[in-house]
Amino acid sequence: MEYFLQQLINGIALGSIYGLIAIGYTMVYGIIGMINFAHGEVFMIGSFVSLSVFLALGALGITFLPLVLIVMLIVAMACTSLWGWTVERVAYRPLRGSFRLAPLITAIGMSIFLQNFVQVTQGARIKPLPPQIEGGLTLMEGPGGITVQLSYMQIIIIATTIVLMAGFSYLINKTSLGRQQRACEQDRKMAALLGVNVDRTISLTFVLGASLAAVAGIMYLLYYGVIDFYIGFIAGVKAFTAAVLGGIGSLPGAMLGGLAIGLIETFWSGYFSVEYKDVAAFSILAIVLIFLPSGLLGRPEVEKV
Amino acid sequence: MSVAAQQQSDRTPLLAIRGVETFYGKIQALRSVDVDVYEGEIVTMIGANGAGKSTLMMTICGDPQARAGQILYRGEDITRLPTHDIMSKSIAQSPEGRRVFPRMTVMENLQMGAILEDEKDFDDDLRKVFDLFPRLKERRGQRGGTLSGGEQQMLAIGRALMSRPKLLLLDEPSLGLAPLIVKQIFEVIRELNRNEGLTVFLVEQNAFHALRLAHRGYVMVNGSVTMTGTGAELLARDEVRSAYLEGGAH
Repeated sequence: MEYFLQQLINGIALGSIYGLIAIGYTMVYGIIGMINFAHGEVFMIGSFVSLSVFLALGALGITFLPLVLIVMLIVAMACTSLWGWTVERVAYRPLRGSFRLAPLITAIGMSIFLQNFVQVTQGARIKPLPPQIEGGLTLMEGPGGITVQLSYMQIIIIATTIVLMAGFSYLINKTSLGRQQRACEQDRKMAALLGVNVDRTISLTFVLGASLAAVAGIMYLLYYGVIDFYIGFIAGVKAFTAAVLGGIGSLPGAMLGGLAIGLIETFWSGYFSVEYKDVAAFSILAIVLIFLPSGLLGRPEVEKV
Repeated sequence: MSVAAQQQSDRTPLLAIRGVETFYGKIQALRSVDVDVYEGEIVTMIGANGAGKSTLMMTICGDPQARAGQILYRGEDITRLPTHDIMSKSIAQSPEGRRVFPRMTVMENLQMGAILEDEKDFDDDLRKVFDLFPRLKERRGQRGGTLSGGEQQMLAIGRALMSRPKLLLLDEPSLGLAPLIVKQIFEVIRELNRNEGLTVFLVEQNAFHALRLAHRGYVMVNGSVTMTGTGAELLARDEVRSAYLEGGAH
């Protein structure tokens, strides 16, 4: 029982990170019908930028943790936003209206470029960060010394995700900006006819997705303490799987899918084998898609119009 | 000649379309089209399916842009402006097929119509639209995609009105609707024109209703304007009667 609860907590924390990245995939897909394969790299850039900020501040003698975290957050979000905006501008917008696979190919190109860029400039070795937020709450102490621990880092991850998700849902569902975003998703031509600047809305979608990925990148860095240029690919594939599992195009779906993938991975590692956790995640994806082709919360393509 | 028509000569048109040509790739959809719409008028463009009427409507809004010719709104050249800039000049369109946002509520659809407007005007405008189409008020929490065709048409027009347009472009509002609803919608257009001075450019296949409603009309065949005159004049023409009114008036 204790073991189960511990895995559950670990799974939710991991799933939160996947969910935040998955939102970027699902929003971009929703608005321009394209899988932004460079999105995982945005997450990786977020990690690297925040590590650089951490080291730079450390060199300047600034070690007050809350301040450091806030500066990390701001700088990482700004950098990834700029990156997301630029990628859309140079690699996707010129290809809008061309055949469907073209932006997919440039997306993979952007992803390879970014991975290699970071590998060349930062080196291929893993970058460690000593644990910054240690300790936690012991929720339960079972027989045989098995304890259920909720670390402060996990609390931060889960709380941040909940706050971000709430804010984000509000933005999309209740504000004028969110309505314009959804309008572009449903009928870009009509949105333009109502005076929506469609190009700007699409850019904004990339920026929003990228800044959430930056937050995920920081949390990953602090949680695991090691990053390398390849983490974006792995996390990107997982988050993409999460988005598809939850129903691509659906925001709650992305979050749910992220949690599901996180939990499947952790439980599989905990009870069966770590080596096969990815197999488990992808198998469950396959099974879900056989019975629910549009994912858990996705809507079917056909609509009454 | 009608009063409106006589007043035209000494005024600049609200909307002037001058020798506009539009292409889809290599296919030419509009051939040197000239249309004038003066302030306070209802002008209609009638023509068969595929004549290029909707293309003209969309060309006015810059999507697609005209390859040749000029579109002037209050004397200002808007031919090369992006769509969202054209629409910010007090032009609104209720497009072909209504294009109601299917996964937004009626209320949200109306809010989308008002994004260019001052927020303080919103409640007033909303009340006006609900007065014109009480049905929309009843359905305000319902998703656009679940409305009937007539309700969607009302929503499309209401949404266009939410931006306080001077010029309303209406693309086939009667398409696929029951005669009673068509009558209702045309009555609303007439009222808006008469009471608020709203200028309307209406594209229709339903020639009889459209010509009776409009001050002036144009006939489009294969992307060219072939005839023009007041609504009554066109209704009396044999060519119009045989081509567009065969089978009798509804």
